[in-house]
Amino acid sequence: MTNSWIDLKNSDCIFVFGANPVENHPASTAWINRARENGAKLVVVDPRISRTAAKADIYAPIRSGTNILFLGAMVNYAIENNRYHHDYVAHYTNAAFLLDPNYKGPADLDGYFSGFNPQTSAYDRSTWKYQTDADGQPLKDMTLQDPACVFQHLKRHYARYTLDMVERVAGCPKDKFLAVADEFTKTSQPGKAGSILYAMGQTQHTVGSQNVRMMALLQLLLGNIGMPGGGVNALRGESNVQGSTDMAVLYHIIPSYMPTPSAITHPTLKDYFDVQVKAAGKSYWVNTPKFMVSLLKAWWGDAANEENDFHYDYLPKIEANHSFIWLFQAMHAGSIKGLWAMGMNPAVSGPNSRLVNEALRKLEWMVIQELLPTETVEFWKAPGVDPTKVPTEVFALPAADALEKAGSIVTSGRTIQWRPKVATPPGDAKEDIWIFDRIYKALKKEYAGSTDPKDQGLLNLHWDYGDPPSSERVAQEIGGYWTRDVVDDKGTVLGEKGQQLKSFAELRADGATACGSWIYAGYMTNADDGEGRVMPAAQRRGSKDPGGMGIYPFWGYTWPVGRHIIYNRASADLEGKPWSPEKALIWWDEAKKSWVGYDVPDFGKTKAPSDVDGDSPFIMRPDLKGGLFAALNEGPFPEHYEPVESPVRNLISSVQTNPVIKIWDTQRGSEIGDHIGTSEQFPIVATTYRLVEQWQAGAMSRFLPWLAEAQPDMFLEISKELAKEKGIKNGERVIVSSARGQIEMVALVTARIKPFQIDGKTVHLVGMPWHYGWAGVATGAIANVLTPNVGDGNTQIPEFKAFLVNVRKAV
Amino acid sequence: MPLSRKQFIKLTGASAGGLLLPANFSAAAAPVRFPLHKPIGEKRSICPYCSVGCGLLIQTDESGHILNVEGDPDHIVNRGALDPKSIATRQLSTSPARLGKVLYRAPYATEWRERDWDWAVEAIAKRIKATRDATFRVTNDKGVTVNRCEGIAFMGGAANNNEDCYLATKLSRSLGLVWVEHQARI
Repeated sequence: MTNSWIDLKNSDCIFVFGANPVENHPASTAWINRARENGAKLVVVDPRISRTAAKADIYAPIRSGTNILFLGAMVNYAIENNRYHHDYVAHYTNAAFLLDPNYKGPADLDGYFSGFNPQTSAYDRSTWKYQTDADGQPLKDMTLQDPACVFQHLKRHYARYTLDMVERVAGCPKDKFLAVADEFTKTSQPGKAGSILYAMGQTQHTVGSQNVRMMALLQLLLGNIGMPGGGVNALRGESNVQGSTDMAVLYHIIPSYMPTPSAITHPTLKDYFDVQVKAAGKSYWVNTPKFMVSLLKAWWGDAANEENDFHYDYLPKIEANHSFIWLFQAMHAGSIKGLWAMGMNPAVSGPNSRLVNEALRKLEWMVIQELLPTETVEFWKAPGVDPTKVPTEVFALPAADALEKAGSIVTSGRTIQWRPKVATPPGDAKEDIWIFDRIYKALKKEYAGSTDPKDQGLLNLHWDYGDPPSSERVAQEIGGYWTRDVVDDKGTVLGEKGQQLKSFAELRADGATACGSWIYAGYMTNADDGEGRVMPAAQRRGSKDPGGMGIYPFWGYTWPVGRHIIYNRASADLEGKPWSPEKALIWWDEAKKSWVGYDVPDFGKTKAPSDVDGDSPFIMRPDLKGGLFAALNEGPFPEHYEPVESPVRNLISSVQTNPVIKIWDTQRGSEIGDHIGTSEQFPIVATTYRLVEQWQAGAMSRFLPWLAEAQPDMFLEISKELAKEKGIKNGERVIVSSARGQIEMVALVTARIKPFQIDGKTVHLVGMPWHYGWAGVATGAIANVLTPNVGDGNTQIPEFKAFLVNVRKAV
Repeated sequence: MPLSRKQFIKLTGASAGGLLLPANFSAAAAPVRFPLHKPIGEKRSICPYCSVGCGLLIQTDESGHILNVEGDPDHIVNRGALDPKSIATRQLSTSPARLGKVLYRAPYATEWRERDWDWAVEAIAKRIKATRDATFRVTNDKGVTVNRCEGIAFMGGAANNNEDCYLATKLSRSLGLVWVEHQARI
C-alpha cells in the first residue's frame, strides 16, 4: 500500500475495485466504517455482489477482464468534466512534458503503440520518450494545451473509452458507471482524498500490471497520491507476502527490489553500477552501488572486498524468464530435477493444476518444509495417482508454525511487527531457520575441501547466526551493521564495528557497511516507543498518535525509515502548505527550514519547496514526477485488451489480446493440455475468489475443524438465470469444464451474480472459491484444474480471474 | 459480579498499563485474586493469515501448547476483533495432522517412512550436491560467467517470517539457483 490500514479512516471516498476487503481483510472494515461515519462513501465495482459490495453505498457490476475499460472511461469522464486536480497534475506529474513526435498510440495504430515487432512480440520503446533540450531536460508546456504534451495524448487515448463502450464491452449500465465516476472524481478537489483498494481482481489478468498502472494514473489525475485517505492500496494476500517480496524470494529481484544481475546487461559489478545508476535518473536509486555492496558484504562477509568486486561473481546471472509458469513448464520438460519448497502448496494454487501435478511427478526429488500433509507434500499418492509409477524421492520436513518461532512479518501497509516465540512446536518440528542452518552446514561438509570455483560461493558464505540459529541475529544482518570502525575526516566516529545501522542513509559502497535488505535498515535498531521504553524498532507497541492522523509512528517499524504515506510531499501544495487543514500531514516550516508534521517526509527533509525539484514528490522515479505516461511492456498508457479466453471480440481495437504475452503452444489438442479454449466450446466466463472462512490453498484452513464446519465444500456460484437455463437447482452437483480439465462441485444458485449484456448478447458469469483440495478435513475439487497458465505481460501472474468454462448437471 | 474481558485481564495483571477497577470497587481494596486451575499465562503475537497483521493474545499451558487464542484489545489495528480464521488459529497449532516427524518417501514407494533429522539433512545435502553438480553452468554461450544451477528450484513462502525468507534467498542464490519463486508471483 502507498498508505495504510488505519489511514483508511481519513478517506473521503473508498473505491474498492478488484478486491473484497470485508471478506478477505476483515479488520479493515472497521477503518472503512470510520471513514463512512465521517461522510465518506464506499464505492464497489465487482463482477458479483461480494460481501464488500453488499455493504456499498454505490455498486457497479463489470464483466471480469474489462478493468482498463472501466477505469479508462473514468479518466475520460474526469478530463471531460474537469474533475482533475489541475495544479497537482501540472506540477507533480509528467503531464506537461512533450512527447517525441514519432510516438503513436492505439488511437492512431488500431490497438498498437509505435515500435511493435510482431516477430518478437515485443516493443522497441525508442519513440516512447520526451522531447528534450540541449541539456537533456524534457521540454514542457505547463498550460497542458500543446498537442504533443502527455496530458493531451492521455486525453486523446482515453477519448475512445466512452460510456457506450463501458456498457457494450464491460457490461456496466451507463447510470451505474456514472454514479461511480461522479462520486470518486469528487476527490479531485484539492484537499479531498479518495483511496483505491485493490487485490487480485486487478492483478490476476494478462493485463494485470496495466490494470494497476491504470489505478495509479487515475489517482495522479485526481491528486490522491501522497494524501492521507488517498493512495493506491494493494490489499496483499498472506501475512508476510510483503516481507517475502521485500526479501526477494523471486527470480527477478534481490532483496529490496534491486534487479537480479543479468548476464546480458550486468555481467560485471561495474556494469551493474553503470546500468542501474543511469536508469535511476534523479531518483534515490542512484544509491544502488551502496545497496549492492552492502548486500554482498552481508552475504560474503570478509571474503568480499574491493579487489574481488565484493564477489559479485558468486551471484548467479540470469538471462531467461524463471517465473512460476515457466518453472512448471521446465519441471514438466524434465530440466528441473529437484524442488526445495517451504510453506507453499502449488498442487492446489498453481494455474492448470493437472500440468502442475504432472510436472511434480517427474521430479527426481522434493524437499518440503511444511506444517501439514498437503496436496503438494503427498502429490505422489493423490487420488488417481499410482505411486508405484512415481519416481520422486520426497523429504517432508516438519516445520514450526508462526507462533512456534520468533521472527518478523510485514503488513500490507509496510509495517514490520516482531513476533516472539509463544508456543512449542509438535514432536520433531523445527523452525525454518534451523532447517536452513542444518542443510547449509551439511552442504558445507559435502563440499569441504573443494577448490572448484563454482563451489566457493557456498563455502565462503557468511553464516553466523549461532547454534541453534537465532532469528534476532538473522534480523540484525538484514537490518545492517558496520563492518569496521569508521571515522570521518574530522575524527567523528560514524560507526563502530558490529554496531547496527540507524538507517539506509548510512550505507556505503566501500565495504564498511553490510546490509541484507536496505529498506529494512533500522528495523532492529533500538528506538523509543514514545513512552520512554527503548527496544528494537520492530518490537515496539507504542500507541501514541501525534496529530491523530492514524500514523502511530511508535508501533513497529514502517519501511522506508518510518514513512507511512508514500510520496507525502504531494499532500502539500507548491508552497509546502497542506492542500487542506483536514488532511494536514507534513508541511514546510520556513523558520526551521525543514519539513515537519505527523509523518516522516518522503522527501529531502530540508529541501525547500522553492529549491530545484522542490516540487517533485516522486523521488523513486527517474524524473521525480508522477508518471501519467510510463512504460510497461505493452505500452506507456494502459489499453484494453480482452482476456486470453474471452466470450467476445475486442471492440476498442482489432488487437484481441495483450500482444506481448506468451501463450504456450504445447500439448494443444491433447486431453491434459494447456491449450486455450474458444467461446464456442466454453461460452461462460468464470472467475475465482476467496472466502473469509477458508485460506489460500487450504493448508492452514481445511485441516481446522471450525473452519471446515463453516465452509465444508467446494461450490459454484451461478446466477438464477443461468441455473434456470441449465435446469440446475440450488444444492445439485454440477460439472464445470474448461480447455484444461473438468471438476465437480455443488451448485450455489444466487442473486449475487447477474448475467451481462455484452455487445447485444447475454454473457453469463460463474464464480468459485479456489481453496479446496483432496487433503484435510474439508475437501473438494481443485479450482485450478480449470484455470489457464497464461500470465501477465510484465509479471507473468496467471489470469485466474477471467477464463471460459461450460457447466452441466452431474448425472 | 460481571466483569468485562478487558477488566478481568487488567485485574490479573496480565497486560501492560494500569489497573482498572470496576465502578463499585473501592480504590483502596486490594486486587482480587481469582483461583485459576492452570497457570496459562498470556502472550502477544500477530495473526498468520491476511496482511492486516492483527494482534492476538495466546494462552498456553506450561509446556507451550496453545489453549486459547483471542484478539488483542491493545493492538492499534484490530483492537481485539478477530475473523473466523484467526479465532481458529489454535486448531492449526494443535491439529493432530501436524507433521511431527521427518518423513521420507523412497522412489516408487506407496508409504512414508519416519526418519530423523541427522539422516535427512545429510541425505538432502547429497541430493542437492549431486543435482547441482550435474546441472551447474559456469559460463553461457558467450563466455560470460553466469554461475547458475539450472536443475534445482526453490519455492516459498508468503507465510514465512522475513528471517526465514532472507535465509532462503541468501542460501539459494549462493548455490546458484535461478528458479526461485513463491506465492507473490501468482
